[in-house]
Order: sequence, then C-alpha cells, then structure tokens
Amino acid sequence: MRHLAQHPKLTQFGLILLAFAILMYMAGDYYDIITHSGTFNKLVASGEIAGATGFFESLRLLLNGTLPPQFVRIPENIVWGLPELINSSLLYLVEDLWKITTVDPVYGFEKNTTVIKEFTRGLAGIILVMINFIREFILGGTKTIASVMGWDFIRDTKASWPALPWPAVAGGAFLLGYSLNGMKLALLAFIPTVYIAIFGQWIPAMETLSFILVAAPVSVIIGLSLGVLAYKVRTVELFLTPLLNVAQTLPHFSYLVPVVTFYGVGDQAGAIATIIFATPPMIRLTILGLKQVPPETLEAGMMSGCSKRQLLFKVHIPTARQDMLLGVNQVIMQCLAMAVIASFIGATGLGYDLVVALNSLRIGVALELGISIVLIAIVLDKLSLAWANKSVDYLAELPFHVRHKHSLMFLAILALSIIVATVVPHISEFWGQMFYLIPENQGFSTDVWWDKLVKWVVVEFRSYFQIFNTFMLVSVLIPMRDAFLAMPVVATFTLVMGVGYMVGGIKSSLVVGGFLLFIAASQWWDEALITMYMTTFAVVASVIIGLTVGVLAARNTTATKILLIICDTFQTLPSFVYLIPVIMLFGVNDVSVLIAVIMYAVIPCTRYTIEGLRNVPPSILDAGDMSGVTKWQRLIKIEMPLAFPHIMLGINQTVVFALFMVIIGAFIGTEDLGRLIMGTLSKANAMGNGLTLGLCVAFIGLAIDHLIHTWADKRKKILGIA
Amino acid sequence: MPATYGITDFILSNLLMKNILENMNIMNKVTTMAATAALSMAMVTVSVPTLAADSSEPIVIPTHNWSSQIVMAHVIGQIFESIGDIVNYTPSDSQTVYESIRQGDITISHEVWESTFGASFKAALDKGGILDAGTHVAKTREEWWYPAYVAELCPGLPDWKALDACADKFATADSGGKGRYLDGPMDWHGQETLDRIDALGMNFVAKFAGSASALWAELESANAAGRATVVFNWSPNFTDAVYGGDFVKFPDWSEGCKKSEGGDGKCGSPPAGWLKKAAHDQMPVKWPHAYKTFTNISFTAAQIGAMAAMVDIDGLSAEDAAAKWIGDNAKLVASWTNS
Repeated sequence: MRHLAQHPKLTQFGLILLAFAILMYMAGDYYDIITHSGTFNKLVASGEIAGATGFFESLRLLLNGTLPPQFVRIPENIVWGLPELINSSLLYLVEDLWKITTVDPVYGFEKNTTVIKEFTRGLAGIILVMINFIREFILGGTKTIASVMGWDFIRDTKASWPALPWPAVAGGAFLLGYSLNGMKLALLAFIPTVYIAIFGQWIPAMETLSFILVAAPVSVIIGLSLGVLAYKVRTVELFLTPLLNVAQTLPHFSYLVPVVTFYGVGDQAGAIATIIFATPPMIRLTILGLKQVPPETLEAGMMSGCSKRQLLFKVHIPTARQDMLLGVNQVIMQCLAMAVIASFIGATGLGYDLVVALNSLRIGVALELGISIVLIAIVLDKLSLAWANKSVDYLAELPFHVRHKHSLMFLAILALSIIVATVVPHISEFWGQMFYLIPENQGFSTDVWWDKLVKWVVVEFRSYFQIFNTFMLVSVLIPMRDAFLAMPVVATFTLVMGVGYMVGGIKSSLVVGGFLLFIAASQWWDEALITMYMTTFAVVASVIIGLTVGVLAARNTTATKILLIICDTFQTLPSFVYLIPVIMLFGVNDVSVLIAVIMYAVIPCTRYTIEGLRNVPPSILDAGDMSGVTKWQRLIKIEMPLAFPHIMLGINQTVVFALFMVIIGAFIGTEDLGRLIMGTLSKANAMGNGLTLGLCVAFIGLAIDHLIHTWADKRKKILGIA
Repeated sequence: MPATYGITDFILSNLLMKNILENMNIMNKVTTMAATAALSMAMVTVSVPTLAADSSEPIVIPTHNWSSQIVMAHVIGQIFESIGDIVNYTPSDSQTVYESIRQGDITISHEVWESTFGASFKAALDKGGILDAGTHVAKTREEWWYPAYVAELCPGLPDWKALDACADKFATADSGGKGRYLDGPMDWHGQETLDRIDALGMNFVAKFAGSASALWAELESANAAGRATVVFNWSPNFTDAVYGGDFVKFPDWSEGCKKSEGGDGKCGSPPAGWLKKAAHDQMPVKWPHAYKTFTNISFTAAQIGAMAAMVDIDGLSAEDAAAKWIGDNAKLVASWTNS
C-alpha cells in the first residue's frame, strides 16, 4: 500500500486500466459483432439487434454484468445528420442564395446563378490569369493574349507568345542565385534547372512552378496579414486559433470537393486548395514572431517617433523576421507537398504526370517526376531565403551598368539562347528541340533502371518479406485492430478521459472527451477506430525509430548533415512515389500502409531529435564532463532533458504526419476513415461527408496534440525550462 | 504542344502586339478586326448553310489518369483543331467530370463507361445541362481477370469452378487460407462482389484495393514472381497488351440477376457495356461543327488499345501518339469531319 501511495500516478493508471478491463469484459456477446467493422450499425438498421434499451432494461443488463447496446456503440443521433446539413448549407450558398440570371452576350444563353458563385468563380478567374501569365511567360501560349484580346483575335491571327528557350531560364536561375548569394547558390539554382530540362521534364516542371509562384506568395501575404491582425486584435486571435488547429489537422482530401463546388476544376482550384493548406503555418509563425519582439525594441521605435505604420513595417516585422522566414519556408514546402494532391482537382504539371505514370505502373518515371518536385522545393527554398536575408546597401551610388549588371547579363543570355534556338533547328531538328523545349519523351531517363531495380528486389526478396509480412499481419496487426474494434465505446472513453485526467486534470479530460464524443457520435466510429489503430502503431514505431536514429546521428556532424538532407528530401518527395513499390513488396494490406506511413512520419521525429540534441549549449555539456559523467549519463541526464521540449514538438508533428499518411494509405486499400474520404472525392454531392469525416480525423489529431502539449508543458515547468 | 511555336511566331506576334499597342485607339482597332473576322467567317459559312460558325472560345477536353483516355482526348482535340477550333485540356476526376460538364467548366467527355460512370452520367442527365452525344462501337467488359500465365498454374480456367478448386494457390497472408480476389475500391461495386462470393459459396475472400494503381502494382508483383493472382480488371485496358490474360467465366448474366436487383446473385457481370460520349448542352449551339464531328466520332476497342499501347509500350507522348494515330487513320478521321 505504501508503495502505491508513493506513486499516485501509477495507482491512477492502474485503476483506469482495471475499469477499462472490466468494461471490455462486459461487452460480452457484442464482441463478435463489433470486431467486424460496420456490422453493429448494419444489424441495428436491419432490426436484428436493438440499438438502445430503456432505463430499467439497461439497469437490469448492467446488474447482470453486460453492457446495454448504447454503451457499446452510440446509437443514431443528431450528429448523423451533420453531413447532410453541411452539404445542403454549402449548396444553398452557391446555388440558391441571392439568385441572379446572366445572359451570354453572343448566344443569349440564360444562366441561373448566384452572386456568391459568380464571385468565387471570378476570384478563381483572377488566379487562373496570374498562373497562365507566369506559365506562358516561360512556356509560351495563347491564353494570356486571349484574356486581353479575346479568343477571336487568337483564332484569326494565330498569334501566340513564344516560349523562353530553357537555357535562358537556366541562365536566369544561375544569375539570380549569383546576385543573391554568390557562386554556391548560383550552382544550386542552375544544376537542378538543367537536370529538369535534360530529363525531359521541363514542361510539367514549369507548369508546376507557375502554379507555386502564384500559390506561395498569396499564402504568404494572406498569412502575414492575418497574423498581424491576430496580433493586433485579440478577438481575431481567439477566433483564428481553433480554426488553425483544425486546418492543420484536416486531411487535404476532405476539402477538395467543396473547393471544386465553389471554384470549379483546373489550376485555379488546385491553387486555392494549396493556399488553404499552406497558409496556416504562416499565420502561426507570424503571430509567434510578433509576440517575441522585445518591448525594448518597440520602445526604441516609438522614441524615434515612428508612426503606427512605420512601427509595424520598420520595427515589428523586421524584428520578427526569423520566424516569418521559417513561415515562408513552410509555405513553399507545403505548396510542393500539395503538387500531387492538387492534380486531383485539375492542376497540371509534375503532380498530374506522376499520377498518370503510376496508373500505368511506370515507377521510374514517377520517381524522376518526384525528384523534380523535390528539386524545385530546394531551389525555391534557398532562393527565397537568400532573397530575404540579403541586406540592401543604401549608400552605394553605382553607375547604371554596375547596378544592373545581372539584369544586363540576363538579357545577353536571353538574346544568345534565342539566337541558338533559332539557328540550330536549321542545322538539326533534334538539337533544335534540345536547345528550346525538350519534349517529355526526348530527355534522358533512368526510368528503365528503376523499374528493373524494383522488379529485381521483388523477385529476389519478396519471399523473405512475405515471412515478415505474415508474422506482422497474423500476430501483430490483425489482433491489434480487433482489440481496438472490440472496445465498447464506454471503455474507450474511460481509457482516454482517464489518461487525459492523469495528464492535465479535469480540463484535459473534458477536452479529449469532447473531441472523442464527436467522433463516437458520428456513424463512422468503427472506421475511426481503425484509423486510430493504424496511427497508434505508426506513431509508436516512428518515435522509436526516429529517436534512435536521431540520437545516433547527432553524435557526428557528417551523419547529422546527411540525415537532415534525407529528411528534407523525403518530406517533399510525394509519398505516392513509394506507395507502389511498397505494394509490390508487401501486397495490398495494412503492412504496406503502415510501412509507407512510418517512412513519412519518422521524418519530423528524427529531425527534431537531431536539432534538439545539437542545440544543447556546449557550456552545459562541458560542465557535465567536468563532473565526470559517463557518455550514457550525459545523454540521459543532460542532453535528453534539455532537448526534450524540441523533441516533443517533433513527436507532435509525427502524429500529424502519421494521420495524414494513414489517410493517403487509402490508395493502397484500407477500411478506415481515409477510404471513406477518398470515396467522397468522386461524388459531387459529398461535401458534407468529406468535411465531417475530415473533422473526425482532425479531432483525433487535436486530442493527441492536446495531451502531448499539456504533458510537455508540465514537464518543462518541472525541469525549469519553460 | 508549345514545341511547335517557332521563332517566326515570336516575331509575328510581337509585331502584331506592337502595332496594336502603338495605336492609341486600341479598342477601335479590335472592333475592326473582330468585324473583319466575323465577316470573313460569315463568307465561309455560306458554303455550309445549315450550321453557324463555331465559337472561338476554347473547347475544354478533360484528361483523366489513364493513358488511353488521354491519347483519345488529344486525338479528339487535334481533330477539333483541324476544323479551326481552339482546344484546352484540363485534368479532371473521372466521376466529378459530369458535374463539371453540366456547369460548362468542361465541354465534353469521350469515355463514359456504362458500369463505372453510368450512374454519375445518368444523375447529371436528370439534372440537365449535359447531352448524350452518342455511343462508341467499342464494347466494354469488367470482370474478375487473371494474366495469361495463371492459366497454367490453375488448369480449367477461365471457368469459375476451376478457379474455386485451386483457391489455395491464390491465398495470401491475410486471407485465412482462402483464395484472395483483389477487387477495385469498395465503392466501385464492393457489395456486388461480396454478394457474388456469398451466393456462389466460393472459397474466396475479397480484398479491396484503394486505387487502380494498387491493382497494377499487385499484378506486376505477381507477374514478376510468377505467382497466381486474380484481380478486378476491364477491357479495353493497357493490361490487354502488356500481360495478355482472360476474364473468369461466371454463370451468365441476365437482367435482374444481381442481388441488389432482387436476383439470386449467382451471375457474372454484363458481357458487354456501352461506351458513350457526353457534351455540355450549349455545345451544339456554340460549336456546331465540333459537336457534329464529336457525335460522328466512334472508336473500336482495338483502336483504343492501340492508342494506350503507343504511350505505355512505345513511350510516345500523348500528343505525338494522337498525331500518329490521326495520320494512320486519315480516311476515317476525314469521314467524321466531313459528314
């Protein structure tokens, strides 16, 4: 007893587990029904079992040691109507509210539409014009001219804007890099551009680039404005915070259909979905940065007589720059992460080509396209960083040709490449193309080798993988899934709210209980349990792997560098690229899904562990060494505790990454929320379902996020590093 | 596509732009040009008195995510261009495309499969805004399917009883000793698959892949290892040319034999489904020539297979494959545009 009293948390946990076990046992005959996902609801609907019992009957059942059905699964309730409500409200907005009739000026077609629809379509039109302008500046075309002169002009004159020869763009990238930060950056911008061109991916890559060059700045501007507004007006922040929380955990697929309803299909819709996905981190980091501006700096600004505007633009924003730059970096990464997903609603470019390649099983091509996406991300990231860090020399008064030497050099390169692109086709048609726009099937390609490599691995190693596969499925994953499904809903609540109470008292208990209640009340609790089982497994495995690898790599500078590059690459490499090889090795089952999920979710945990450990102040480590700690003691007693808050951030990210990837795992074949979300993609009237399912996923993420944050904050206070 | 813009276009368009911009009276100029254009077009239309001229606005053709559909999109697009229309291509989901056609965001759809898209198409027809623009000669087929080498592993195929007898060869780690049939995503026709296995008392379990790509990955993996596999597939498809293979023969389909239609469920899929074309309802007025041509267009299964093979096997780009196909079938194409 004394032992238990000394460990109150342990006692609490023991009690919770005991209650949980009793409730699990009390499921009784329902066990066989609920371990088959969806069967309970089906049987209730067909009237074979009762969905709920009356008060006295329930009491009788409880006294007999069995749970009444409403404690096993929450019966049909008001939440089931939510998807339909959301759907009809959104449809009402676009189709019924504030109706107007437009008349086609040429043909006299009358179209019934609404002001909101015309407004959103108009907005989409503006975005499309911007994308087309950048795209056609590089690739040539007629749409930009048509948007000024009309299509009749194009048809009658056959006018079209010519493409820039790719060497001109590559030269431009080189000069831009050079003018921003010298030779190293110049090469870093130049080499990937050349790679993309000679691998025959110029056209799709520039299509993707044009779309990013619109989506990313818009996201940054919106993020910055909302961030500043939230910082200035407290109410806005209170309103934004929960929205941001949901937006950052909502799976991308759940808002694609609403975007299509409001903005149509095409590059503009893809760009808008991307903006929705990329803006939240920018807002977050802007608020964070502004809050950390020291009051002394502000006072200095005010003493120098800054107006409010000047204070914002000359003091606030420049001081908070570091966090905002991190925001810009995040926006670029998020935009490229959306390249594939945006193609589901009409974005052209690398993402779309990648999906087509996978659909005809050209893995090598898909990989090369994926690498191009990574390269664009790296180049844009480094260039934007260098641009933001470049200091302006206000004092220098240079003559025109020195001040503009890079622009002049670019003009020279442009002229030269145009001459080459004009002259060479007369000598050789093939080389003419090579110096202008290399078509997709003319470039170098390593795809055959990749396809062969994958095939070789499948033939040689599949039987070994099969042994692992069978073991994992039969002995680990299927039992784990059944155990999750076998929980009566009261048992799940006891466990989760109990843990919530242990971590953060009544408040946390109620918060996680609230999130859970929404999911349990929806008709998709079974599917949500499967999502939870996969996420739990993936997070535990990712954290173990990530911590181990991170701790090992952080001891060595070279290993750290290499690992961080791998992390960067895998974070921007579209996960679709490795879904297919994984299926070929492990088959269509949960092992494949979880391997793909872990490959992606392990990234943040590894990265934050390394960063956390490397950032431990050396003076503290020296102090430790002087006190004679062993290596092991140093890691456990000094480094880990100090790196801990940062590592917790990583684990938090791992949870979000795992959830997103479990949803994408539906492409392999799952029975969870992801499959249902994916199903809504091909239904025009499934906006409500998609969003409600997305909320279920978001709430799982937010519940875990709340627990981790609360626990981490407490630990930090105990360690004195808050 | 942009590869065709030569340097002459560059100079030409530049000169034109410059001319116009230099002229203070831009709008005036544009109106004059538009009027000239309209006049010249009116003169052309005299020879075809029944139809007005096509609008100069682009016809929007959707591209989905499989090769035959994309090549066909470019074939049709290039045919439209050859009669003077301007064409744009937009990637689009193959189910939601009908809603986009209704809204006018997309003008046509040239691969409406009875089995897969029939429901979405019909729903859009009922709502209005979309037209049935005729049917291709090609018939479509969807059924349990196996690559050619599996016939040797399981003698007696394509009969379903023979398949059932060697179920153990199709077993996987999670199929509990039974054969595993890899179906398409659950919402394609999952319940029907489960009903059929149940009704026929087959020694098989169904596993639902999440996407078509997952089906092909499994197929390729089994093929590389020479392992028995049976998956959901359709024809015409790129697999026809890559693997060869056959559909499993189930008891014949008859009207209303499916469980969902009140039958006993002991039957296969319909032997031949239609492949239709759809168009936005303003197309006949806005682009009468293109619409007429579009209703004439009709592909056979062999032609569709050949188009897919040009991309998937010969490695041509979709544009080049389309141009080549049109070149090879010039007479046929002319009969579509001229009648």
